[in-house]
Amino acid sequence: MYVAVKGGEKAIENAHTWLAEERRGATDVAELTLAQIREQLSLAVNRVMAEGSLFDPDLAALAIKQARGDLIEAIFLIRAYRTTLPRFGYSNPVETGEMACDRRISATFKDAPGGQVLGPTFDYTHRLLDFKLAADGEIPEAPQGPARQEPTPHITEFLKGEDIIQDEPASDETPGDLTREPMEFPSNRPLRLQSLTRGDEGFVLGMAYSTQRGYARNHAFVGELRIGKVVVEMDIPELGFAIDIGEVELTECETVNQFTGSKTEPPQFTRGYGLVFGQSERKSIAMALVDRALRWEELGEDNLGAPAQDEEFVLSHADNIQATGFLEHIKLPHYVDFQSELELVRKLRREAEERITQKEAAE
Amino acid sequence: MTENTNIATEAREDWMGLLARAPDDALMSLWDGIQNRPSFEWLRSPEVGGVMVRGRTGGTGAPFNLGEMTVTRCSVVLQDGTVGHGYVQGRSKPKAEAAALVDAMMQTSAAGELQAQLLDPLHQQMQAAKTARAAKAAATKVEFFTLVRGED
Repeated sequence: MYVAVKGGEKAIENAHTWLAEERRGATDVAELTLAQIREQLSLAVNRVMAEGSLFDPDLAALAIKQARGDLIEAIFLIRAYRTTLPRFGYSNPVETGEMACDRRISATFKDAPGGQVLGPTFDYTHRLLDFKLAADGEIPEAPQGPARQEPTPHITEFLKGEDIIQDEPASDETPGDLTREPMEFPSNRPLRLQSLTRGDEGFVLGMAYSTQRGYARNHAFVGELRIGKVVVEMDIPELGFAIDIGEVELTECETVNQFTGSKTEPPQFTRGYGLVFGQSERKSIAMALVDRALRWEELGEDNLGAPAQDEEFVLSHADNIQATGFLEHIKLPHYVDFQSELELVRKLRREAEERITQKEAAE
Repeated sequence: MTENTNIATEAREDWMGLLARAPDDALMSLWDGIQNRPSFEWLRSPEVGGVMVRGRTGGTGAPFNLGEMTVTRCSVVLQDGTVGHGYVQGRSKPKAEAAALVDAMMQTSAAGELQAQLLDPLHQQMQAAKTARAAKAAATKVEFFTLVRGED
């Protein structure tokens, strides 16, 4: 319980002024521009866009600057801003098969058409600190090869012919939207994916890791991971046709999971799916693993009681803004709450002491 | 007649899409170079909003809501009654205004000139940037080779 208390205005105002000063840091160091954050801390920008659930790199850069680099605080700012935007509508589903891929790899098919394209990856770096970056360094220009003109086909397309992988038949069903209707359980796969794609990267990673360590293990291979830009198209009512309204960078991960069959399904490969704003590779792989774990019921698998199979547990705790809001509110004044607790504990203590005294007197 | 309308619609989809995806500064610097901009009135003054972007489960399955993107839109009417709509990515009102005016002017006799002075160069710039990225990606494509196995 909170109670209105007057006072503290001056302290709050001064705290805000000091915050602004601390945010700026030493004034003999050049101030960061939003363009610098957008261009040079782009993976932080990507994370804020993914978990803030709003694709706008300039806004994400502003949020990171304002939050002094605290990404959850930045995500909070983006979520708050997002609620002020009128909703113009819903896009048509993006065609990730048409993606202009910066990166596209498969851990299952070495010779997949389109090839293994590494892109700007950390994967084969040695994770040694590069002290050249501490000084201003000239960077060599990235080499170029013959640019691929045609879209790169999805890997799972090649397994489909053999009917050995679970299909994902297209539908035009309108998905639920958790920004409009609160989550209810049991939910469904579209809602789970919406929740996971904006979920906290650390939480989704931890859940995915738990499946790898044996809590509802689902034997995932990364069938395909691709990063690149896709066009976003929307029907415009006043025009009567659809136009491109922009372009977003996405990371898509499809896992191919071993599946020995169940009461309802024959042995085949099943799939987990991750799709995240920006270059967000760890998050999208983790999302795909958790998506697959949460599909146990539709695939007729046993409920092993693992946390990653429990959609209420996963989805109710994946959102770092809900979590941080509830967690951090306990530092706000609870003077009256605590006063009553204090009275209670004093009373209990008194009674316990009286009992001891009475017992001693009786002996 | 129907066919003409279809061709016109297709062309309009193309230029509106190009304007929507264009980097702000690229579009604005080309727009600044356009003489004889028509006078107009707002049908809808620029407003910033969000569009919920959708994906599909497994890339091909049922739609789901992925997250929003910012979009700015506006509508203009020229003195001859031609209506232009601007829908552009991001939060730039000047960009939305430019897009709506280009959309309107492309339906008038100014179309040819505008195509040559704005849309074509814009398309070329964006295509060049896209090709450069694709070329860098191509350079990171793995060329596998098999080592001779020492079984003999």
